Amino acid sequence: MSFREIGSLLPAGSYYFSGNEAATEGALAAGCRYYAGYPITPSSEIMERIAVRLKEVGGVFMQMEDEIASICSVIGAAWAGAKAMTATSGPGFSLMQEAIGYGAFTETPLVIVDVQRAGPCTGQATRVGSGDHMQAKWGSHGDYQVIELSPWSVQEMYDLTVDAFNLAEQCRVPVFVMGEEAVGHLRERMDVRPKLRVFDRMKKKGAPPFGTDDEDGVPPMPSFGEGEKLLVTGSTHNEMGIRKTDDPVAHEKLVSRINRKILNRREQIIRAESYHLEDAKCVVVAYGFTARSALYAVNKLRREGRSIGLLRLKTIWPFPDFLFRELGKTAGKIFVPEMNRGQVAGEIMKYADCDVLPYIQTNGEIIDPNTIINEVKGIM
Amino acid sequence: MSRDLEQYLRGDVKSTPFCPGCGHGILMNQILRAIDETGLSMEKMLFVSGIGCAAWIPSPHFNADTLHTLHGRAVAFATGAKMFNPELKVVVISGDGDLASIGGNHLIHAARRDIDLTVICANNMIYGMTGGQVASTTPLGALSATTAEGNLYRPFDLCKLVQGAGGTFVARYSVTQTALLKEAIKKALFMNHFTFIDVLSPCPTQYGRRNRYDSPAAMLKTLMEACITSEEAESLGPEGIEGKIVTGEFNNGRT
Repeated sequence: MSFREIGSLLPAGSYYFSGNEAATEGALAAGCRYYAGYPITPSSEIMERIAVRLKEVGGVFMQMEDEIASICSVIGAAWAGAKAMTATSGPGFSLMQEAIGYGAFTETPLVIVDVQRAGPCTGQATRVGSGDHMQAKWGSHGDYQVIELSPWSVQEMYDLTVDAFNLAEQCRVPVFVMGEEAVGHLRERMDVRPKLRVFDRMKKKGAPPFGTDDEDGVPPMPSFGEGEKLLVTGSTHNEMGIRKTDDPVAHEKLVSRINRKILNRREQIIRAESYHLEDAKCVVVAYGFTARSALYAVNKLRREGRSIGLLRLKTIWPFPDFLFRELGKTAGKIFVPEMNRGQVAGEIMKYADCDVLPYIQTNGEIIDPNTIINEVKGIM
Repeated sequence: MSRDLEQYLRGDVKSTPFCPGCGHGILMNQILRAIDETGLSMEKMLFVSGIGCAAWIPSPHFNADTLHTLHGRAVAFATGAKMFNPELKVVVISGDGDLASIGGNHLIHAARRDIDLTVICANNMIYGMTGGQVASTTPLGALSATTAEGNLYRPFDLCKLVQGAGGTFVARYSVTQTALLKEAIKKALFMNHFTFIDVLSPCPTQYGRRNRYDSPAAMLKTLMEACITSEEAESLGPEGIEGKIVTGEFNNGRT
């Protein structure tokens, strides 16, 4: 495949970055050379930093008139050959949804960093939330797949943004790095390694840009100006991009493939970490910033002699169904603390054949480790 | 379309989807003729369009890179492609509803930034594809699927709108003024600035039928008679141009 190892853009070493700065540097290291965005709290530091840094690396920065224009220009730049991204928060992410569907249907690689704040609506713009996961999956109309990554640290704002660009190019799909205000504004040490692996866009002259022989294949992607006379459309299209607006076979084939290409690769895509699961009768499942509190709580409870473990999800979509089918067999109880009304807990219930107990908190604050400790003690 | 322009069309696309009497075929012809006369290579051209009848002028017909986007967003997509690869000659071709209503914000901001894009607005003064609803360009009093008693609101003057936003080259011609239209397109393609051409293109199916035009020919004839040049308008004065459409090039003080 087209992975290659390159030197990192920043000198290797330790940095004291905010999560938003780290995501910016991860994007640039992965090869992002086009950014378009619109100011929104709590993600704006990404745009401010990348405006300066893209100039230094010969990229292009555009501050657009709104989030719709931002994501649309990102798609335009991607087809012109760029690794491209935008960053936003809830209200902006809402505005981008129609174009996200366009990105999924035209198989356009792109990255969005959503630094989540307390919603719904304008909500609490400066406070933390984690309520955009269902929107990430279902926000645009029709059936399509995306990839969502959930960083828990400044280090992962860097690492998972690199991964996001690689996955976007490998699968030709929009990939979301769903940070939360708390990690976007958190400042802590992170390391830049001397080398990283990046995936370069697959090219094959004359090959159909929108179809493969495999029903879950990812076609190569040419760029504008390469003489391919590309037909890119958000209408249903055949493998060459010709509109097929009333052909049931063409529609079924395309919709199936853009779903299968992600779902059939989910074991490759999905990343998770487990702590003390071997003997755990109760498993805490957490992701993003909440997983930091969860790990502290689990370690403390284990020191008290309780058989408890933690499964930390780094990928929310495609959903790691197979992990929960297995976990449901060994764990008696799964406890899911979330800064939303149980968005991921509801998914776990579909697959885990055991008690799934959500803990919901939507007050604009992070979940305190002591809260998790007390709640777990109550159910064990 | 005449044979000599066939090289600019995709080989496997033989007919256009436009209704009998639609002006968009004439506009398509003039765009390709302008490209032919300037000697531009289709290999380096990108045509971006939104949603609606006019968006189908380039996609899939033009034998070049084409990007058929979302409703209203063509200019935003085009901005990304052009900014990342300035070697591309980027032309946006879309309708009045697409560019000036749902996409109006992108239009004025691209004009303000003066990005090197040529935007050709096929203005039929109605939402054609969706069944003839009133548009932001429909004349006052005109009948439409959503204004049975006549349009209550004034239409946009798209040229003044884009001029006000800072567009370097702004022009208006009707598809009845083919030679002038073609020359304006040629000029716009080489300005290296934001250029906008408002092209009046009749829609007999959705606009003509509702507004008592007996035939597509009658609609074209009325349009032809209504269009006057800016020089003629100057000599007629404000009262003399009542009911007329002023056409010409409005270059915003730059050439």
